[in-house]
Amino acid sequence: MRPPGLLDAAWLIARKDLRIEFRSRSAFFSAAIFAVLASTIFFFAWDPTAVAAADLAPGVLWVIFTFAGMLGLHRSFGAEVADRAIDGLLVAPIDRKAVFLGKALANLVFVLAVQALAIPAVGIMYNVPLTHIAGPLAGIAVLAAIGLVAVGTLFSAMTVNTRFAELLLPMLSLPFFVPVVIAAAQSTEKLLSGRPVSEVAGWLEVLASFDLVFVYACTLAFPATLEH
Amino acid sequence: MAPPAVVVDNITRRFGRRTALAGVSFTLQPHECLAIFGPNGAGKTTLLRIVAGLLVPNSGSVSPSGLAARSAVGLISHQTMLYPELTALENVEFAARLYGVAEPRAAALASLASLGVQDRADTFVRQLSRGLQQRVSIARSFVHRPSIVLLDEPFTGLDAQGARVLTEALVHLRDAGAALILVTHNIDEGLALATWVAVLNEGRFASYDARSGIDPVTYAARYRALLCPP
Repeated sequence: MRPPGLLDAAWLIARKDLRIEFRSRSAFFSAAIFAVLASTIFFFAWDPTAVAAADLAPGVLWVIFTFAGMLGLHRSFGAEVADRAIDGLLVAPIDRKAVFLGKALANLVFVLAVQALAIPAVGIMYNVPLTHIAGPLAGIAVLAAIGLVAVGTLFSAMTVNTRFAELLLPMLSLPFFVPVVIAAAQSTEKLLSGRPVSEVAGWLEVLASFDLVFVYACTLAFPATLEH
Repeated sequence: MAPPAVVVDNITRRFGRRTALAGVSFTLQPHECLAIFGPNGAGKTTLLRIVAGLLVPNSGSVSPSGLAARSAVGLISHQTMLYPELTALENVEFAARLYGVAEPRAAALASLASLGVQDRADTFVRQLSRGLQQRVSIARSFVHRPSIVLLDEPFTGLDAQGARVLTEALVHLRDAGAALILVTHNIDEGLALATWVAVLNEGRFASYDARSGIDPVTYAARYRALLCPP
């Protein structure tokens, strides 16, 4: 027997999580429906004579991503504790950081899938042309998703065994999401208002730095959350 | 003499102000089975979780520990540790891959066959009865041929045939050199497999005896007397 290394084990766990989500589609449908409903409510509450679409759409987009992502993050570990499947993972001879990386990778795919649905939906609903900024916008979405998922996956593991997990996860995560949401919304707004990509480079650096710091820190912190 | 399979040395574990285990020690050799009886809340599951590496003791030590322990341990609980949205085969194969078992699919099929559930390999776990789920869970825990088997109420949910299949599988593992730690409320099932018999009460061993010195007919009365002295 030769147990898998860190990345191989992470990939095994991510593949398992994605297979389960692909079969049940429960988290994706919840998040997708939430995203569409939320953007619709924002649309009907919007006064186009007071706020331009290009000013409103970035905020709407990132509020939706943050809360839709939360639905998937909560279910990520919820599926593990239902019949203590998490014990089967933790008793296996793999580095426990692999559990975090695998879960985070599956959550990243989930959030990106929700984004792939929600970005065009918001673009159509608010009549905001997105095709000319599709590349940079995709970059912002990926960088922001990595940060949200890293922090959210850690807090999902910390809160899943608590009585108020659904309340605690957003309460703990949202303060950490603030830098990501500010950077993502600001850079999206600049792109939508026709500013060159060079003007958002600073915000992209903020997102990339956040990702580096929090992916590293959360990976290191994760085993301790399981042991205590 | 072969080195001990498990050495538990004076472990203590507290949850807040409650002491779940207070200075528990024992040594188990290969081919041996320790049956642990005790009332609810005695610390039995906590002890198993520490030996499995799922919990860290506040003091004391367990050998083997870390990755070495986790490679050797097979954990069976009354909770199945399965994913309902995966098939029986996918669950067991996933475990085989986590343990780095060669030919994981073949090993998973063989493990399911040893528990008599090979014909349910492609059935989703959520569609199986509780008893069949428990058998798949046991197949999952045995797929890497563990040398230390930790059993927490493993007969829960099993029908008579399932219980017989599990007992045969455990005897086979024990004869092959595995050390077994069995936590159960069922004295007959515990005594049937045990080489050592212990009673855990309020985090301490109230008794620890060789099975050979125990009369199964009178043991139940002795057990009750240990828990509720006159």
